[in-house]
Amino acid sequence: MKVEAWFLVGLAVFFGLVGAVYWFLSYEDAGSVMLAGTALLGLLPGGYYLWWSRRMSPRPEDRSDATIASGASVIGAFPSTSLWPFVAGLGFALVALALIFGLWTALPGFSLVFTAMVGFIRESRRGGAV
Amino acid sequence: MTQAVLERPPGRGDLPSDVHHDEGPSGILKWLTSTDHKVIGKSYLITSFIFFVIGGAMALVIRAQLSSPNNALVSQHQYNELFTMHGSIMLLLFAGPFAFAGFANYFVPLQVGAPDMAFPRLNALSYWLFLSGGLIMISGFLTTGGAADFGWVAYAPLSNATNSPGAGADMWIIALILTGFSAIFTGVNIVTTVFYLRAPGMTMFRVPIFTWNMLVVAILILIAFPVLTSALVMLFADRHFGTHIFEVQGGGVPVLWQHLFWFFGHPEVYIIALPYFGMVTDIIPVFSRKPLFGYKGMIFATMAIAALSTGVWAHHMFTTGVVLLPFFSLMSYLIAVPTGIKFFNWIATMWRGQIRFTASMLFCIGFLLTFLVGGLTGVLLASPPIDFATHDTYFVVAHFHSVVMALVMAGVGAIFYWYPKITNRMLNETLGKATFWFMFIGANVTFMPQYLLGLRGMPRRIATYPASSGFATLNLVSSAGAMLIAISALLLLWNFWISWRKPVPAGDNPWDAHTLEWATTSPPPHHNFNSLPPIRSERPVWDANHPEAALTSHGASLKSAGGDAL
Repeated sequence: MKVEAWFLVGLAVFFGLVGAVYWFLSYEDAGSVMLAGTALLGLLPGGYYLWWSRRMSPRPEDRSDATIASGASVIGAFPSTSLWPFVAGLGFALVALALIFGLWTALPGFSLVFTAMVGFIRESRRGGAV
Repeated sequence: MTQAVLERPPGRGDLPSDVHHDEGPSGILKWLTSTDHKVIGKSYLITSFIFFVIGGAMALVIRAQLSSPNNALVSQHQYNELFTMHGSIMLLLFAGPFAFAGFANYFVPLQVGAPDMAFPRLNALSYWLFLSGGLIMISGFLTTGGAADFGWVAYAPLSNATNSPGAGADMWIIALILTGFSAIFTGVNIVTTVFYLRAPGMTMFRVPIFTWNMLVVAILILIAFPVLTSALVMLFADRHFGTHIFEVQGGGVPVLWQHLFWFFGHPEVYIIALPYFGMVTDIIPVFSRKPLFGYKGMIFATMAIAALSTGVWAHHMFTTGVVLLPFFSLMSYLIAVPTGIKFFNWIATMWRGQIRFTASMLFCIGFLLTFLVGGLTGVLLASPPIDFATHDTYFVVAHFHSVVMALVMAGVGAIFYWYPKITNRMLNETLGKATFWFMFIGANVTFMPQYLLGLRGMPRRIATYPASSGFATLNLVSSAGAMLIAISALLLLWNFWISWRKPVPAGDNPWDAHTLEWATTSPPPHHNFNSLPPIRSERPVWDANHPEAALTSHGASLKSAGGDAL
């Protein structure tokens, strides 16, 4: 976990520095805001990982001497097939098209998105350990 | 829908495993409902390759139009549509998704020893957003006003409702929002997969460079694409809802569009490039029969390129006169340093190796040469005085086409390298070498004349030019080169056809390759691995297949046998 944490914290440090240099050299708003946002993108998850990496023992995938068997356990539930991503994608596309061609595609679009959301949630409930 | 609770496969030599679950539906229903990263990866590869053919056909029409002065094959307006859609399709529907969504989807879980991507259904949703976005963008040609025609950069105020009315432009905006979300979701998926689904012993510094590059690209996508999406929403609001964000009349700032667009657009260049760097970095050691030279150096070079690329956006805006020239010029120059490290590492990997000149390796060498030309002219353009002279000329067009043609070569090399794993069939090597020579010669014949045209002052995005300009001969040579590239694409398609009609079985590891995807069957079973070899270096498959080499001096296994954490 430590490498992952420092990867993201390093990102934050770099863009914090670059953002500060850029702001004091240019006083240009847009770029400075975007660089600050990029620093936050690294800082928030990176800080969280750093916090945890100091409090947990290394996972099997963090240890260079781990055997394959040491990681043998349930690692999660993966859906094999699901129709709902397709339904949701079609729905989002129709909703987006409604912005151009008028509201007549919005109704079927939102219906599909809503159906897909219900489908996603029901699937997760039925499907054992997630 | 069925759900499979997965357990880690046992190690090699343990109990024979039976993690096969039901394979689900077949045929069209499989394509519609599958959440398997391999099916989605293949869908991405095929879809984006079709977009590549469409975009390439547009390029051929453009080259035909420019092959002689005062040509009228297409009208001015059609020409604008063609180069806009050529750029948008090639960058956003082919180059990025082919590598980052196609190859990454297929091979990142395999290379880290994971059963699937971390969020399989989100992965499927990404694909459907990408497909619908791509179709919407291309459908712009069916509207009465035609497709978007303001260039793939959509500069304000050219892209506003007065200058570019019509549904085609709106469809371009909507399409990029949809494909943008698709890229963001894939990025989230890849970061989570690499952070949480690695096999035991697969520490971050044993992950193959291909996957490392995909991880860095995923972060770049999370930095860049939200900016593009929000800029597009603002543009759409300017066009339809009466806002004046990019309009001077209402107090808006047109150059703000350029800041937002290039804050996306320059990282986008590396979102496209770094995956292909990763492919080349995985292929060259295999065909040089050596471990990669400077594994960690490669990783840090990738990170440095990605980090610097986010601080150089305004080098596309030097001629606006309102950006901080020294800052952006220096940052742009700095990118040459990590890129140079990569070049030296690639060469040092080949140095004194036992090189096998397969088609895949030839394409990688072609990548190195062509990218060197594109990269060095990029260093020239990072200098503001040179950029002032060459901005918006064919010199810039030639520069970035050298870069992306190098990436196409790396991508075709990756097709030759990984096609056996995906299909259990070999591609024809002789035909592959012919493909390479047509593509390599074609690319240079096409774009070298364009450097000269640019230096002689031919502006980009002009539909035709007068005979008195003296541009005719070089343009004709350039168009002839484009035909060679088209022939190489046809040869590649023919190769697919042959492998489909007369399959040559490949086996699990035809190249004696190093990384974990070659430890499983070709094609991999549902949820990827029936057993995993022990992971003791960044070359687990090599260690398993060549136990006699485990303690030789260049074996990374020797170093990490002591169990140091990194």
